[in-house]
Amino acid sequence: MAEIIVVTSGKGGVGKTTTSASVAVGLARRGKRVVVIDFDVGLRNLDLIMGCERRVVYDFVNVIQGECTLKQALIKDKRLDNLFVLAASQTRDKDALTKEGVEGVLNGLKEMDFEYIVCDSPAGIEKGAFLAMYFADRAVVVVNPEVSSVRDSDRILGLLASKTRHAETGERAVAQHLLLTRYNPERVQRGDMMSIADVQEILGLDVLGVVPESDTVLAGSNAGTPVILDAASHAGQAYDDAVARLLGETVPMRFTDAQKKGFLTRLFGG
Amino acid sequence: MGIFDFLKPRAPNSASLAKERLRIIVAQERAQRGAPDYLPTLRRELLEVLRKYVNVDPEAIQVKLSQEGGHELLELSVALPDKPGR
Ligand SMILES: Nc1ncnc2c1ncn2[C@@H]1O[C@H](COP(=O)(O)OP(=O)(O)OP(=O)(O)O)[C@@H](O)[C@H]1O
Ligand SMILES: [Mg+2]
Repeated sequence: MAEIIVVTSGKGGVGKTTTSASVAVGLARRGKRVVVIDFDVGLRNLDLIMGCERRVVYDFVNVIQGECTLKQALIKDKRLDNLFVLAASQTRDKDALTKEGVEGVLNGLKEMDFEYIVCDSPAGIEKGAFLAMYFADRAVVVVNPEVSSVRDSDRILGLLASKTRHAETGERAVAQHLLLTRYNPERVQRGDMMSIADVQEILGLDVLGVVPESDTVLAGSNAGTPVILDAASHAGQAYDDAVARLLGETVPMRFTDAQKKGFLTRLFGG
Repeated sequence: MGIFDFLKPRAPNSASLAKERLRIIVAQERAQRGAPDYLPTLRRELLEVLRKYVNVDPEAIQVKLSQEGGHELLELSVALPDKPGR
């Protein structure tokens, strides 16, 4: 039985696509059969982050409109045999995604024996974001330690609790996780960035993981290699820890404390 | 950061300011979740009426809808300014 995971945030540019790509790769690397879907219709980007942009022939909307089969639209990852990408359409038609259409595609994927369906949500709370979360069993809410992102996350948590299939049928709640990204322990220590505890307290939810701000994320997107594949990257390792926790493992947090400065650095600045 | 840091006045901690502001606005928005759509308009119109008599700040008006023993309760509280407005 496939589990549908939505990666969402409300606010734009906080790291949803970066997270979707790394979570999908992380799950696949642990042997799961995974498909990751770009719901950002009109602004396709997941393909670039996954490094498969030149292999997109058919997209999500083509499948919904019956212009190709689901199998034709799935792009197989070059690194991992059990990982597939479904690209967003570049159409400007806002109504290209429908609830029935999305449900049909998700059911098709379940029949293909995928274990995890990762949905990369667009920003905002419009149709695309709504449809990305509607069928979810689990939600990863990506949040940056910054006022507007935290407020928008709370808004999204409210929608997850009311505007999803599970909420409507009353069957069960959508499992909610916070993923704190672009975290800078030095700035937290200086008191000019909210801490993990601050964000947890405001949102009333524990974090699944904390991904530090890191230059390796940009390097990864430049190359079309999800940062989780960069073994030396702290951000990549933090994503791998988060995936482990998603699968129920207990893993201690890493990279959340400021580097201890030497005596001389503290004395003369650095 | 350097040796004479302690001589500088301590800057206000902006992270705690962010946390405090968020705590308040998030609580307020949670309370409004699922509330009827007319509440913001009601609040705006009340503010206009009140301002004919006293100079109140938008922050001073709290409109809250809650459930109490099977009834819906609309609570309205207005903090009046210290000195009469006009
Ligand atoms: N941990 C990180 N450290 C440094 N940069 C990061 C980190 N996470 C994300 N970024 C950068 O932030 C930018 C936005 O990331 P991303 O595209 O994943 O966000 P998004 O939430 O999907 O955006 P949108 O709302 O537009 O879909 C990118 O330039 C990415 O490289
Ligand atoms: Mg994105």
